[in-house]
Amino acid sequence: MDTLRVDLSIPLRAFRLELALEVGAETVALVGPSGAGKTSVLRAVAGLLRPARGLVALGDETWFDGLVEVPPERRRVGFVFQEYALFPHLTVRQNVAFAGAERADKLLGRLGLTALARARPGQLSGGERQRVALARALAREPGILLLDEPLGALDPHTRAHVRAELREQLHRLALPTLLVTHDYADAAALADRVGVLVDGRIVQLGTPAELLAAPASPFVAEFTGVNLLVGEGRPAAGGLTEVVLSDGTRLRSTDRLDGSVGLVVYPWDVAIAREAPDDSAQNHVRARISAVVPLGNRARVTLGPLTAEVTAASLERLRLRPGESVVASFKATAARLTPLG
Amino acid sequence: MFAAAACVVLAFLVLPVAAIFLRVAPDDLVGRLGDPVVRDALLVTLKTSAVAQVLILGLGTPAAYLLASRRFRGRSIVLTLVELPIVLPPAVAGIGLLAAFGRTGLLHTSVPFTQTAVVLAICLVAGPLYARQAVAAFESVDATLVEAARTLGARPGRVFLRIALPLAASGLGAGAALAFARGVGEFGATIMFAGSLQGLTQTLPLAVYAQFDRDFSLALALGGLLVAVSGAVLLAVKLLAPWTRFASTSPFLSAPSASS
Repeated sequence: MDTLRVDLSIPLRAFRLELALEVGAETVALVGPSGAGKTSVLRAVAGLLRPARGLVALGDETWFDGLVEVPPERRRVGFVFQEYALFPHLTVRQNVAFAGAERADKLLGRLGLTALARARPGQLSGGERQRVALARALAREPGILLLDEPLGALDPHTRAHVRAELREQLHRLALPTLLVTHDYADAAALADRVGVLVDGRIVQLGTPAELLAAPASPFVAEFTGVNLLVGEGRPAAGGLTEVVLSDGTRLRSTDRLDGSVGLVVYPWDVAIAREAPDDSAQNHVRARISAVVPLGNRARVTLGPLTAEVTAASLERLRLRPGESVVASFKATAARLTPLG
Repeated sequence: MFAAAACVVLAFLVLPVAAIFLRVAPDDLVGRLGDPVVRDALLVTLKTSAVAQVLILGLGTPAAYLLASRRFRGRSIVLTLVELPIVLPPAVAGIGLLAAFGRTGLLHTSVPFTQTAVVLAICLVAGPLYARQAVAAFESVDATLVEAARTLGARPGRVFLRIALPLAASGLGAGAALAFARGVGEFGATIMFAGSLQGLTQTLPLAVYAQFDRDFSLALALGGLLVAVSGAVLLAVKLLAPWTRFASTSPFLSAPSASS
């Protein structure tokens, strides 16, 4: 299995994309807000965009290094475009056969598309189109798979289903895969490693668990959905660390870390009550609710610097509404400390 | 008031065409088609139009694809030059052709007053109509599909034949029909550059002009024939729209000025 090596410098409208990355036999996701340069990375790897300078190489094949520039049709990439870019005038089978006629039937079978072989793209559902796009990309026997927002064109209803399906397929293919998405949940579900791309730079690259446990910046934390509270850490009684936030709030963690620290707490570890409860939690923060976002059987409640995830039932029972003053609490054992540069 | 205006406009547009068929009885019209003048003019017209159409499609299609898919300095100037003959008065096109290809012209050729001259006149006047429509048709092909084809291993030639050409087909067909109709009806440039020699350069419109003070009913029969040809072309253009459902081009008279 060849390793993709990418070292890019691409001037974009508002900033310069500078990025170095290696992708082995794994799935790497680049996440970031729209306009962060995610798609440009894929286009540069595929040869659809010429970097100002840098290197794109798969194994010992150099595709771009300033002197060499291999055209897209001779790079072994399987590119799945955001809206899938299926050829509307060709049937499903013809779409797949376009990239490799001798492998078309086998791939249609493998992706469960045999029954749809004679259908045209316009007659397919979003999930089916996605499978056709994947089959077509695989038909040219790529050395690397590039996926641009693979779930972006799907409605929320089919998204979870297709996500599980794609995850299974990527796992079976065991091809080096680079995908970009603006949705951290998709990245975490599909990728072995996740890079957070902001303004053309990777601010953090790690496993989904690493990003959750130790976000390198408030932005990464916001993206992964965890709480990151920035403050000064100092030793406290009982071997704990006390973190003083800029507004004077004092919080406790069982981790030991001094100086400028980030305190990470997962929203599902934060409880909400009307009055400060007399329980084992060391951290109580009183604040007004600024937002309540229902998510099916759960809801995200934002109060002060914290986001808590509570069940819809609790939301109803406690009658939590924006503007109300409540107490958020979490245990010192649920508060992870991570050093901040 | 609106309805009245619409009625006036419609009556005015339809009246001349209707008058041709009201003045000559249909069986009389069919009978006059056997006249040697009509037969010769029809043959000259079909032959020169067919050759011109082959040249227009064969050279115009790849040229339009190039113009539609490349971005380069001066592109809008090139597009404007391509469209210039559309607005040029045909008489100017004719004198220009003489100045370029005449015996004493720039290129010193013996083309004037031959069938080649008829073909060149048609190409100059009708070609830009096709080219303009073809550039618009290729531009309306989703660029992502072309990129997808390339990432799937297709060289530019294959991308053109398998993706761009079929997706632009209805727009190209509409452009071809328009150019054909314009070519069949070409008058001004042809009469100046090729003359009106029966059996050699006298096309249907030239025959109408040659006959109208000699044999008015023969001129009417020729006119009826041209109306039939034009009607058939218009019908073909209208039918091309549903011909390829997936094409995103708005065929026909959408302003395809492609400089954006």
